[in-house]
Amino acid sequence: MTEQTTSNTPILEIKGLTMDFGGIRALDHLDLRIRQGEIVALIGPNGAGKTTFFNCLTGIYKPTGGDLLLTSPGEATRRLNGLKPNKVTQQGLARTFQNIRLFPNMTVLENVMIGRHCRTRAKVVGAVFRNKKTVQEEKEIVALAYSILEKIGLTDMVNEFAKNLPYGAQRRLEIARALATEPTILLLDEPAAGMNPHETAELDELITEIRDDGLSILLIEHDMKLVMSLSDHIFVMDYGKKIAEGSPDDVRNNPAVIKAYLGEDIENA
Amino acid sequence: MITFKDLKNACLVAGWFIFLTFPIMVIKVNPFERSFGFRWQNMIYIAGGSFICYLASRFFLANKAAKQKKQKLLSIQDKPKIDWQQRLLSEPRLYLPVLGVILAILLIFPQVLSTYQINIMITALMYVVLGLGLNIVVGVAGLLDLGYVAFYAVGAYSYALLHLHFGLGFWTALPIGGVLAASFGIMLGFPVLRLRGDYLAIVTLGFGEIIRLILENWNDFSHGPSGISNIPRPGFFGIDMTLNQSISYLYYLMIGMVIFTIFVVNRLQNSRIGRAWFALREDEIACQAMGIDKTRTKLTAFSLGAFWAGMVGVIFAAKTTFVNPASFTFLESAIILCIVVLGGMGSIIGVIIAAIILMLLPEYLRAFSDYRMLVFGATLVIMMVFRPQGIISTVRRTYTLEKKPENVQ
Repeated sequence: MTEQTTSNTPILEIKGLTMDFGGIRALDHLDLRIRQGEIVALIGPNGAGKTTFFNCLTGIYKPTGGDLLLTSPGEATRRLNGLKPNKVTQQGLARTFQNIRLFPNMTVLENVMIGRHCRTRAKVVGAVFRNKKTVQEEKEIVALAYSILEKIGLTDMVNEFAKNLPYGAQRRLEIARALATEPTILLLDEPAAGMNPHETAELDELITEIRDDGLSILLIEHDMKLVMSLSDHIFVMDYGKKIAEGSPDDVRNNPAVIKAYLGEDIENA
Repeated sequence: MITFKDLKNACLVAGWFIFLTFPIMVIKVNPFERSFGFRWQNMIYIAGGSFICYLASRFFLANKAAKQKKQKLLSIQDKPKIDWQQRLLSEPRLYLPVLGVILAILLIFPQVLSTYQINIMITALMYVVLGLGLNIVVGVAGLLDLGYVAFYAVGAYSYALLHLHFGLGFWTALPIGGVLAASFGIMLGFPVLRLRGDYLAIVTLGFGEIIRLILENWNDFSHGPSGISNIPRPGFFGIDMTLNQSISYLYYLMIGMVIFTIFVVNRLQNSRIGRAWFALREDEIACQAMGIDKTRTKLTAFSLGAFWAGMVGVIFAAKTTFVNPASFTFLESAIILCIVVLGGMGSIIGVIIAAIILMLLPEYLRAFSDYRMLVFGATLVIMMVFRPQGIISTVRRTYTLEKKPENVQ
């Protein structure tokens, strides 16, 4: 994978990200870099602040301090802090949610088509008069949404309501929807939660495929097997602080990580 | 289906109702003769009625639960049974003739019916447009708006005042009324952007009342409770018309308006903006995370919803030739909301049917007018228990892609 990386400049650079909720510091000066085509995993025990980290990144929370710098390929560096969630998505950061947040009463295809919203521009007038441009745009949306569903493997359920999909398919549909926004970085919040081993293996393949298309992926996950097999780089946090960082092997043997996950060894205490 | 336990409960319910209604239904006090009597037969009616109603509701609820269980067992791979509604709506070959017949009947109406009946039909059609307008806000975008009548009032008063002060005619006032109402929609939209659910409902309710109270109390501006009269009916290239003719004319105008509304609303719902509205209703956070501007989407929903109310308001002023604040009470908002909820949130055909039923039934069942509110309330309760999705549930557009799209990226 490293051969494909064109340059060493990170696509997303997070500097000193800090988030306070009243007196509680949920994130404490976190630094993280993601390069193109890299899969970075964010792990840590429950309550470590992983989802808060995602919410700060995507604009749902406004971080108290720090800088989020996005450099999409061929574009100037942009600061993401303080942007509204929809603007962040427009800049090229798409996410999925830990507890699935699909649009349950819309069809599978429509769910993916929603992802195209920020890349299209049809207005009220165009919608009413259906001028050539709007019709063309609408055709493109459907075609692109369909091709994404093809990649994800949901084409046989295109007109099904999202709420009627089995659990694993719902998770994959969330990824499809995020892909439709044409992100440079995909943020996956526990994509394998609640999946059986077979579904997890499929997900592993899917994420690798997405990475091979040139996207960078930031992943929160508890399934260590998946994390170890996928990630190029692992970032471990606990109580809002970074406790370790490095390749899967480094992290696996890091005493601080073992301590955070399993507690302290009695003999060393 | 009905078990012994149900019978026992029904007896208990009957007993409880006897106890509750005893003071009002059984005891009869005559204050003039300073005496009181008992109406025992009322007690029997109440006991019997509540007993039967309880058993019936148990029976139907059990039926419904059994049906749902059966449907859950059908897995997703089995093609679900397509009901006649969806089949009728999905094939142009089937619904076009039906539409044609309905349109023909509607066009013949003024020739056969009396002016009184046509007037009722005009009102019903007005509520169809109002329902379709509110449907954008409540049904599609999921923003509970209890002050919709305010926009209706804005439309009506804009025609009345523009005519009074500047002598503007109906056809000029119609778009102006719509646009004014739409801008009021944006005015209401801005402060309520952060609110959801109950809080939004309360603020919109307040907004509706504010508009009505302004119209009632600002005498210099709106002529207060006495209203504005002598508003001209819509003209037709300056031709003089008799009362009957102008009412038939208004009727045809309303038919055109309804068709126009259906056309626009349908196209909006199946567009990029319509999808954003649906997404907003389904999940606000996910909707933003998918790159949809929440502010703009909400404001377009409010303003495009209000637009129709404004236009109908102008037509209302022209129809009655008189406006006063009493026409724009909260009850109107509630009725329009009932139309949307009964018809089915987001369903155009459902809203049309509900509007016609809710407007025509009270008119033609005048014999039972004493019980109108009772029947109205009971219908709502029964509908919400047995068919919460409304008369016709939303049909989402389906896409068929026979050939593979070429431009796969």
